[in-house]
Amino acid sequence: MSDIHALSGAYAVDALDDAERTQFEQHLSVCPECRAEVASFRETAALMSDLEAGEEPPASLRASVLAGISQVRPFPPETPETPETPQVASAAHRTSVVTLRRRMLPTLVAAAAVVLLALGTFAWHPWQQGGGTSLADQIRQAPDAVSVTEPVPGGGKLTIIRSASLKRAVLIGSHVPAAKAGTTYQMWLQQPGQGMVSAGLMPDAEKPTVLTGDAATARAAAVSVEPEAGSATPTGPVIALFPLKSGASGNGAA
Amino acid sequence: MSHLRPVPNDPPSEEGGSPSAHLADLLKRASRGDEAAFAELYDATSSRAFGLAVRVLRDRAQAEEVTQESYLDCWRHASRFDVTKGSAISWLLTIVHRKAVDRVRSAEASGRRDAAYGHREMTVPHDETAEAATASLDAGRVRTALAHLTTKQREAVELAFLGGYTHTEVATLLDLPIGTAKTRIRDGLIRMRDALGVGEVAQA
Repeated sequence: MSDIHALSGAYAVDALDDAERTQFEQHLSVCPECRAEVASFRETAALMSDLEAGEEPPASLRASVLAGISQVRPFPPETPETPETPQVASAAHRTSVVTLRRRMLPTLVAAAAVVLLALGTFAWHPWQQGGGTSLADQIRQAPDAVSVTEPVPGGGKLTIIRSASLKRAVLIGSHVPAAKAGTTYQMWLQQPGQGMVSAGLMPDAEKPTVLTGDAATARAAAVSVEPEAGSATPTGPVIALFPLKSGASGNGAA
Repeated sequence: MSHLRPVPNDPPSEEGGSPSAHLADLLKRASRGDEAAFAELYDATSSRAFGLAVRVLRDRAQAEEVTQESYLDCWRHASRFDVTKGSAISWLLTIVHRKAVDRVRSAEASGRRDAAYGHREMTVPHDETAEAATASLDAGRVRTALAHLTTKQREAVELAFLGGYTHTEVATLLDLPIGTAKTRIRDGLIRMRDALGVGEVAQA
């Protein structure tokens, strides 16, 4: 269970691949110890870069930077968020929907084969979860982004937006009740030959959360209610299931 | 040889006092659109930012692009900087490093990195400005701290941070079982952090 914590050092020096990075950032959102450790490692790394100082940039760079900033206004600060929506879900209702939805899974497994493509590289900003050109925004703004919305049994709805070219997907909830204390929402991608693979936790359904893993090869995405630490396979009620068409060919068709 | 460039003014003693508090103050002023404060921040930090980009990318032209993009991001996102979560220099260098690493990894596909590898041991011109003197004092502390690491920890940290390799690549480069390098990187950073006396930053 402590295995994810061991990634803190590699994360702080940008030595994780994209999938690990996304996974660890989701962990960071719920682990103050790792946040503190990463911050201390970054301070350490900043000092280490002193060894590389002394390489003077050309004066033309200073002129370009200062000319560049005069063209753009700094972003406004992030304002405090609204309080969480109270828990109103009906467990009984959820369970019945889940049973039905679980029966659908084998059908989805039998979907057409898809082409596996290597994960791309994303340039996005380490210090932010939303706004700017975060990965979530990149997916949403991708020319081939396709969204599917599903109602959630306990109220509200969940929307998944996937970009086949970026091979990633992001989930966004609207008026979805907060997970009960001691539980969390967990995201899943159904990968060919592997079944449901964890795509990370979604502790706050109102925040855009990027799914870990290749969303282009996945045949379905799902969200379930799991114990706070997350599960290796879905154990709790599934609150949303999104069948995904094969998108790995990377075509931009809308 | 000595590079002629303006030496930054001493941090004003009335506000914060330490160079670190001064940089944080400059960033805060920049978030309100103060271009002069940002220019001062640039002068105080650009040799470290550019030096780091050159070290990771081993290509001055690309390092210039990455440095410029980083400062522009820094300007636009200055309001997100939170002094309670870390220092201004660490915030800036995190942005530079991330961009440099992203670029070096995407350049790998075109084989550039191998071609540029020969520049790894590129000599750095000696700089005699006051800023460089301060930096070399810090560099001395860092060298002392690095001596606390085992050779293997140091190799792993340097390949990851300065080389821009993933921990999986570091494991392969060092003939380690996959999964071992990440532990080594973390252990190395912990030792170095403790030797440098960097406190853990309180997180909300």
